[in-house]
Amino acid sequence: MLTLTCPNCGITAEETEFHAGGEAHLKRFGPGSSDTEFEQYLFMRDNPKGVHFERWRHVYGCGKWFHAARDTMTLEVFGTYTAQTSTVPQDIINKIMDRRPDWQASTAP
Amino acid sequence: MSEAVSALKAAEFTGGIAEVTLMDPIGMISVRGDLTAAYMKKALKKAVGLGLPDTRSVQINGDRGVAWMSPDELLLLCPYDQVSDTIDMLTKCFGSNHTLAVNVSDARAVFRISGAHSRDVLAKLAPVDLSPATFTPGMIRRTRLAQVPAAFWIEEGDSFRLVCFRSVALYVYDLLKIAAQPGSAPVFYSAKP
Repeated sequence: MLTLTCPNCGITAEETEFHAGGEAHLKRFGPGSSDTEFEQYLFMRDNPKGVHFERWRHVYGCGKWFHAARDTMTLEVFGTYTAQTSTVPQDIINKIMDRRPDWQASTAP
Repeated sequence: MSEAVSALKAAEFTGGIAEVTLMDPIGMISVRGDLTAAYMKKALKKAVGLGLPDTRSVQINGDRGVAWMSPDELLLLCPYDQVSDTIDMLTKCFGSNHTLAVNVSDARAVFRISGAHSRDVLAKLAPVDLSPATFTPGMIRRTRLAQVPAAFWIEEGDSFRLVCFRSVALYVYDLLKIAAQPGSAPVFYSAKP
């Protein structure tokens, strides 16, 4: 079970108080984009064994969205950060590098 | 105006490890907007006589109070029959600023859980660390109670005030009754050292 800290209200709770919102930092392709781009945006998702960036919502608490960086295999949570960003903050990348020196920071969105 | 009736008629559970009581309706106003704005502070002072509560905290001033619900939401408490007047006052203070004050009194049910094992009863139902060292008076916690959303705070001593949606009042009452049934004390938070 994951234990997440909501950066909006500061509450640390287990995952049943939250709701998962899928992969984070997707770039939207809407009207005017090519079929391939739209398909990529709509359906194609990463499914890594290891470091993953996700959207979560504190659904039973403050109701706000945030981002989380975690390991899909060990369920280790590296950190949570604001939803008002399209890239991963440097301090989160540093935390991941501390724990997973082999991880390629260049693959972060 | 029609008479205000609580969600369940005179629901009171005694004889278990904690007492569960459905309270008479109280006035609740949901306020959304920029909490740090100067007009918000002025409006709160006028409406409930209190300042802006800290993150995750609740302030009570007699029969009025204000609770922090999220970074852009507050819950104001007042006597049931004074809700309209309070909202009028708030709306006047907000002026043309993009802020909302809505009467949610009839959408909620209010419970009191009291007794030496009240912490244990809530801890059975909510994924919250309710140890006396962590959950202290002045805090409000929005969370879930088994399958439904709820929020609670410490009224005084070992007495908790809990609010939930009115539509799930019976479910919450049944949950609390089962969690408080006689002989079910886990002796965890209330254990004597």
